[in-house]
Amino acid sequence: MLPSQFAELERFAPTWCLATENERWNQRMSSSMDELRELYDATLPRVPEAMAYCDKFALDDLPEDAVNLLRLVYSFVLVSFAVELWGQTYPPDTRGTDFVRLSEPLP
Amino acid sequence: MPRYPKPAEGSWTQHYAHLDIEPISFEDSVSPEWYKLEKEAIFKRAWLKVGRVEEIPRTGSYFTKEIAAADTSIIVVRDGEDVRAFHNICRHRGNKLVWNDFPREETSGTARQFVCKYHGWRYGLDGACTFAQQEGEFFDLDKADYGLVPVHCDTFAGFIFVNFAPEPSQSLREFLGPMLLGIEDYPFGEMTDRYSFKVECRSNWKVFADAFLEFYHAPVVHVGQHPVHLRAMINQNGYEAPHYQLDGPHGVVTTAGSLHRGWEMPPENVKPADIATRSGLFGPWDHSDLGELPPGINPGKIHPWGLSSFQFFPNFAVLIWESGWYNTHQFWPTSHNTLLFEGNVYSLPAKSASDRVGREMAAVSFKEYSLQDANTLEATQLGIEAGVIDQWPLNDQEVLVRHFHHGAKEWVRNYQREKV
Repeated sequence: MLPSQFAELERFAPTWCLATENERWNQRMSSSMDELRELYDATLPRVPEAMAYCDKFALDDLPEDAVNLLRLVYSFVLVSFAVELWGQTYPPDTRGTDFVRLSEPLP
Repeated sequence: MPRYPKPAEGSWTQHYAHLDIEPISFEDSVSPEWYKLEKEAIFKRAWLKVGRVEEIPRTGSYFTKEIAAADTSIIVVRDGEDVRAFHNICRHRGNKLVWNDFPREETSGTARQFVCKYHGWRYGLDGACTFAQQEGEFFDLDKADYGLVPVHCDTFAGFIFVNFAPEPSQSLREFLGPMLLGIEDYPFGEMTDRYSFKVECRSNWKVFADAFLEFYHAPVVHVGQHPVHLRAMINQNGYEAPHYQLDGPHGVVTTAGSLHRGWEMPPENVKPADIATRSGLFGPWDHSDLGELPPGINPGKIHPWGLSSFQFFPNFAVLIWESGWYNTHQFWPTSHNTLLFEGNVYSLPAKSASDRVGREMAAVSFKEYSLQDANTLEATQLGIEAGVIDQWPLNDQEVLVRHFHHGAKEWVRNYQREKV
């Protein structure tokens, strides 16, 4: 699913290359902290390189493997809050509410 | 000692003669009767932002908006250069004119005309009734008498406002006043990359808005958004705004940028994901070049500037950030203790994937802190509704909260006086 130079991230691709924030949020909420840390630790050092790879293409004409890579970086961004800040999947003291993303630019 | 100079009167609160420094009552935030008055006095008389012109780009583009606080639904439609608003009600038997699948949900699209789902009456984009099914069966029906009921509609900086008064007492520009007019030339219209959010919350609309009128809560509620080793220091330092300004019922608070310039800070003080994506709570580090900006976006001339949060009375806010983007908050009451909270994050169209990643980081930060606010405000509503206490002390960093409740009460009192 991903460009070959990101082969070591391929194992995350089926779970985390998700098109919308809604899907990524649901995946974060239904994952364990160990799973989130695994994604975070593996992806963090490759993020600048992944962004540079995607930047080689026009944003509206990304090849499929670059779209997947971009979606994986989006998942990294979302998961980073759980790992770096909260130490749990959801922000503390927010279980009584939600804030649904209705629309977003794609990809 | 304050970090930033205060006005000569000693405080921002005392700088404004209409405000006192006494504890305030939140009876206005728990009473169903008071909410009924607010609907009549505020939501049926003030200019309310309902959208942006980019949402209806072509002739016939429309959206509907449910406005419970004015007991109605409206259609907002473009016809050439004109943006028009109508009550979303068929003139024949009262059927809601434009909806899809769910009568209570909002919708949008493009139409050449609006056709009622009930008996097929038709209306042009100008609201005129153009067709009545079996017109000959009616008794002296003149379709010219049965156009859609118009709602006063005007735009400012691309924001679409409506006013439900039969005759608004002020034009939109008079209502907004010089401080808000000062941001008119910001390039809002170019910022078409939009992330939109919505949630229903169980709190009074003003109690909810209050948390977006002050950053006094930020070093407590949101301290967790900083690296662990900084939290105690940030919490202890608290929050001070370098500039507050009031104009009519509206207000602005400016925040300095010093704590959030990730690119200037030692790396251990910045989240690793921020460094990796070159973005964060305050937006992308590689700032969008917007050209020369209107001085009104930083009315206190604060440097380093972080953001200005402009409060449009009664229920709308625009936050303009140093890094070249803006976001909005809107608080739509649905009862005395429930509301719909809408949030939007807007940027220039991303030119590259890494632009997008930077905006994603800002949009995700926005959601994480909005969740913290929303849940806290339900808890606040519960505390106030207990009715045990009715006097609440507000400090000088909460001057916009004091001003907001004062302004909302003034609108109700003016309405009551005019009725008598």
